[in-house]
Amino acid sequence: MSRAEELVAIHEKKTLGFWIYLMTDCVLFAALFATFAVLRGATAGGPGGPELFDMPFVLIETIILLTSSFTIGMALLGSVRGYKTQTLVWLFITFALGVVFLSMELYEFMVLIGEGHGPQQSAFLSSYFTLVATHGIHIAIGLLWMAVVIVRLWRHKFKKTDVNRLALLGLFWHFLDIIWIFIFSFVYLIGGMA
Amino acid sequence: MFENILQAVFGRLTLQDFVHEPIMAGAGLSMVGALILAIIGITFFKKWKWLWRNWITSLDPKKIGIMYLIVSVIMLLRGLADAMLLRAQQVLNTNGELLNSDHFQQIFSAHGSIMIFFVGMGVIFGIFNLIVPQQIGSRDVAFPFLNSVSFWLFAAGMIIINMPMVVGEFSTAGWLAYPPLSGLEYSPGVGVDYWIWALQISGIGSLLSGINFFVTIIKMRAPGMTLMKMPIFTWSVLMSVTLIMFAFPILTATLGLLALDRTLGMHFFTSMAGGNPMMYVNLIWAWGHPEVYILVLPAFGIFSEVVATFSKKRIFGYTSMVIALVAITILSFTVWLHHFFTMGGGADVNTFFGIMTMVIAIPTGVKVFNWIFTMYRGRVDFKTPMLWFMGFIATFTLGGLTGVMMSVPALDFQFHNSLFLVAHFHNMIVGGVLFGAFAAFTYWFPKFTGFTLNETLGKFAFWFWIVGFFLAFVPLYILGFMGAVRRLDHYDPSLGWQGLFIVAGIGVAIICVGVFFQLFQIAYSVWKRKENMVTSDPWDARTLEWSTNSPPPEYNFAVIPTVTTRDAFWEMKQSKKKPTEPEYEDIWLPKNSGAGAIIGLLAMTFGAAVVWHMWWLAVVAFVGIVITIIIKLSDDEPEYKLSAAKVAKHELKTKLKLQEKTV
Repeated sequence: MSRAEELVAIHEKKTLGFWIYLMTDCVLFAALFATFAVLRGATAGGPGGPELFDMPFVLIETIILLTSSFTIGMALLGSVRGYKTQTLVWLFITFALGVVFLSMELYEFMVLIGEGHGPQQSAFLSSYFTLVATHGIHIAIGLLWMAVVIVRLWRHKFKKTDVNRLALLGLFWHFLDIIWIFIFSFVYLIGGMA
Repeated sequence: MFENILQAVFGRLTLQDFVHEPIMAGAGLSMVGALILAIIGITFFKKWKWLWRNWITSLDPKKIGIMYLIVSVIMLLRGLADAMLLRAQQVLNTNGELLNSDHFQQIFSAHGSIMIFFVGMGVIFGIFNLIVPQQIGSRDVAFPFLNSVSFWLFAAGMIIINMPMVVGEFSTAGWLAYPPLSGLEYSPGVGVDYWIWALQISGIGSLLSGINFFVTIIKMRAPGMTLMKMPIFTWSVLMSVTLIMFAFPILTATLGLLALDRTLGMHFFTSMAGGNPMMYVNLIWAWGHPEVYILVLPAFGIFSEVVATFSKKRIFGYTSMVIALVAITILSFTVWLHHFFTMGGGADVNTFFGIMTMVIAIPTGVKVFNWIFTMYRGRVDFKTPMLWFMGFIATFTLGGLTGVMMSVPALDFQFHNSLFLVAHFHNMIVGGVLFGAFAAFTYWFPKFTGFTLNETLGKFAFWFWIVGFFLAFVPLYILGFMGAVRRLDHYDPSLGWQGLFIVAGIGVAIICVGVFFQLFQIAYSVWKRKENMVTSDPWDARTLEWSTNSPPPEYNFAVIPTVTTRDAFWEMKQSKKKPTEPEYEDIWLPKNSGAGAIIGLLAMTFGAAVVWHMWWLAVVAFVGIVITIIIKLSDDEPEYKLSAAKVAKHELKTKLKLQEKTV
């Protein structure tokens, strides 16, 4: 195998490995979703989903995250063509949307905890906070990763491996989007029904 | 004021936590003593640089594999010492004079956790690292650096689980820590936290390693080696890592939830505020049952190689072997509830899981028959690995049959939590995984050292092991029938159980003699290695790993072989074609990296800090891990080039050495 072929093979291995990592993460979320499904009714006399969830607020959160999935796609398109500025601008927009999403989620948590409905109140709230916060932690990791990519692109020239990395970041971000759609559907829409 | 500062710095750690009762203190002191001796020894012989360059920072899977095995052997001895204490307590049946019940509980929890996570998992990852790249004709694993991280996370978990011998106490909640006993209410101490973080950290290492080997096998096979031309061992590894990918995230989630219950006062598994302890049991076994197949499938693979090689025949029923492996992999996710038929899931639920458990015995039975048919009309050479194989067939079949007995829910209500169950799973895991590991060790030892292990001592070890094994566990089956439950630190003498416990104790003592012979065998063989020097293919083997030099060069294969058939190396030896002059090429290998060890060290610090509630230290260690990862990942993995000329020179040198040996 020539060196050039080897480098392509390395990239292919990384992509496959990352896909598999995402699938294992999917299993982790599946365990948390199952936990939520089991504990959904275990409110221990406290409030349940219908009383706690602010649906319009969550809808805005959802739209923001979905939009960020579009914008990171644009960044990716830019990077494939080698347009540095375009990539950076779209990445920055994605980053900002991610920060807004995360802040909104934290605000939602603070309101709930402030009203005395923290994760310690009931099994339902434990599972709700854990599932949503696990997604939030993933978003935070994605943001950290994005920040590193932005700084690197700002400072250095585009390398082939940078584009590859960005593609993996894109995968990660889209994956979190899909998980959020499930959270929105199962936790908020179904869980929020009376 | 002063107390507040102390608490902020040291969390719940006090000087009192260093005080232990005599037996534990003795064990702890000897452990610390051995560590200090090792450090003095390394300093005295000026080996730090060598250790750092050749081992700690190495990304060579062969070296990482050896490190896995070293850790596992040490942990095997620790687990064996635990077992001896447990049996001694049951033989003497004193009322807390040898071990009080609290200490007894800590020991059986440690015995189980260590044997599964730090012996079983360590052994299989050691063997994966050593064999898989060679067997598929590859120079490396897919992600060499990730491999190093996995190992050091495993090592970090190992250190955390041994910390209670020096500071604090271990969990008393058994190897799977069922709540509510493992919850904050009934286990307020640090024991369960030690258990959680040791397993969590090493479990993440296992998960990463699983991904690594999956990609390695999928992407890095030699040209021509299609999936159905892979050796059975590689197939078994592929299935085992597939299980790891699906099962270990569940463990991560479950341990995480238990940690949240204990540290942040949540209510997943508590018996109040809506918590559901049985959900923990379901989740942990959704990981736990696949876990036993994660351990035993590679052992199946090992025995498939051993029995084919020593019978001088290709494996009987290759395709059915592969189908059986895949079937076990899928079915292993449909049987978890048989660990707790007594939950009260109802007749229909229990029936489903009972039948699925019986079904999973079918592919396993297929494999047993295939192995036996491989021996049939073969020219069987009864070397030590083959003895381990024969021992395995006997113990594993016995264990399998008792397993099918317990798969009947109505019967299981009798056996649940009894010593019958304990005897069953020791039959499977010792007779399956451990015997497999011993066979692998003897079989592949010359591959990595260039000399074989002493046969006579190996046979002694085997016979002591097998006799001791049956003496140790058959009485437990009988005791189980008589109503003895597991985790029993004393019983009423009028029950008449003591005689059987004494027999079991004698069995453990005989196993210890076997282990002594194994250690002596290694020492003796290394000492007399000049007498046992062999060429690269001492067993006239069939698979590619034997086509490289023994010990293999860092790059494994100077020229990547092209595969056309199953048992590729055997066919190469059979074909009359003269080997063509090899065309060497430049080889790129990963540069050493200390980042894996640093991440391991920080992860260990993080785990210990969370156990003791030293939050500042946990934050520091966590930030350290993140920074290390960012620094390491934001650059391409550095590699160095071994030029074709250098490879040619190295190959010539080994060739001359080999000729010297055969003369």
